[in-house]
Amino acid sequence: MVGSDTNFSRSGSWDWIMQRISAVVLAAYTFCILGSFIIYPDMDYQQWYALFESRTMRVFSLISLGALCAHGWIGMWTVSTDYMTSLQFGKVATPVRWLFQAGCILLICVYLIWGIQILWGL
Amino acid sequence: MLVSIYRHNPETDTKPVMQDIEVDIPAGKDLMVLDVLALAKEKDSTIAYRRSCREGVCGSDGMNINGSNGLACITPISEAVKPGGKLVLRPLPGLPVIRDLVVDMAIFYKQYEKIKPYLINNDPAPAIERLQSPQQREKLDGLYECILCACCSTNCPSFWWNPDKFIGPAGLLQAYRFLADSRDTATTERLAGLGDPFSVFRCRGIMNCVAVCPKGLNPTRAIGHIRNMLIPQCR
Ligand code: SF4
Ligand code: SF4
Ligand code: FES
Repeated sequence: MVGSDTNFSRSGSWDWIMQRISAVVLAAYTFCILGSFIIYPDMDYQQWYALFESRTMRVFSLISLGALCAHGWIGMWTVSTDYMTSLQFGKVATPVRWLFQAGCILLICVYLIWGIQILWGL
Repeated sequence: MLVSIYRHNPETDTKPVMQDIEVDIPAGKDLMVLDVLALAKEKDSTIAYRRSCREGVCGSDGMNINGSNGLACITPISEAVKPGGKLVLRPLPGLPVIRDLVVDMAIFYKQYEKIKPYLINNDPAPAIERLQSPQQREKLDGLYECILCACCSTNCPSFWWNPDKFIGPAGLLQAYRFLADSRDTATTERLAGLGDPFSVFRCRGIMNCVAVCPKGLNPTRAIGHIRNMLIPQCR
């Protein structure tokens, strides 16, 4: 059983809303990227580069990156509090879960920073 | 008919076993599973199970019948087993076994207790009774009929994983029963107790609960209503 909640919002409603909004953003972004492949069937590096030169595209990408991180965190937190409990892991459940969650946070931070670096060419 | 029954006494046994018993079914009769259990108990009187009303009212004989939760007393064997098949009876999944088909329902009742399953109204009581219009009363249909058999909650993966934190379909159906009651004045307090990430939001809407409710109730829909009441509260 899960002893302590480590999610950030501590509100189920908030997580639920975030999960839906981020899903919509990610879907829209996916369509946008797929759409640009359809519009420019033989896109080369220059065109791809130009696409991400525009501020709109960069901001949209950044928002989507944020959505991905939020979506990923809520999802992984939920999965870990379902499947990494004392029912499955006994006494070591809490350390195992925290380790897993820490790994997720680390990975998400890396993606976020890396993504920003790529997008804004730092 | 071959009946396979889960046998376990946690005080003396290390592992549960399935015991096969051959039961003679009177020709041309479609017995209820509970009747078959009674016939099996005639052969081996040590089999333990709960039952009381034997007509789907008390909710005490919820069990896992050929892989699906249900009330033994109102489940005909023709419905539970394919012709020539074996009847397999196990306790409700996810709860500690006390003996054979008898489970410890303490955590299930604890979740029920959490939602304060009674009317809260501190306004002075009227001379005779608190009235409801037929429309207000109608809102309680499909909610008040629950007999707390636990078939739904013990069929819910979210309840298996977090039985101490997720209220479960049975408790949530009753939570909504009081949220929807025009005579109850504690809506805000009730909702405040449900907004955490576990109590309500562990429901994934897979409707395992709906699939097994012997009273044909729909906890998933009630949970959806609760969620719709909770969302506008979060700002
Ligand atoms: S909702 Fe249905 S399955 Fe669940 S406890 Fe009530 S009667 Fe039983
Ligand atoms: S719909 Fe919700 S409450 Fe019902 S079984 Fe699925 S997760 Fe459990
Ligand atoms: S014995 Fe009462 S519900 Fe089955």
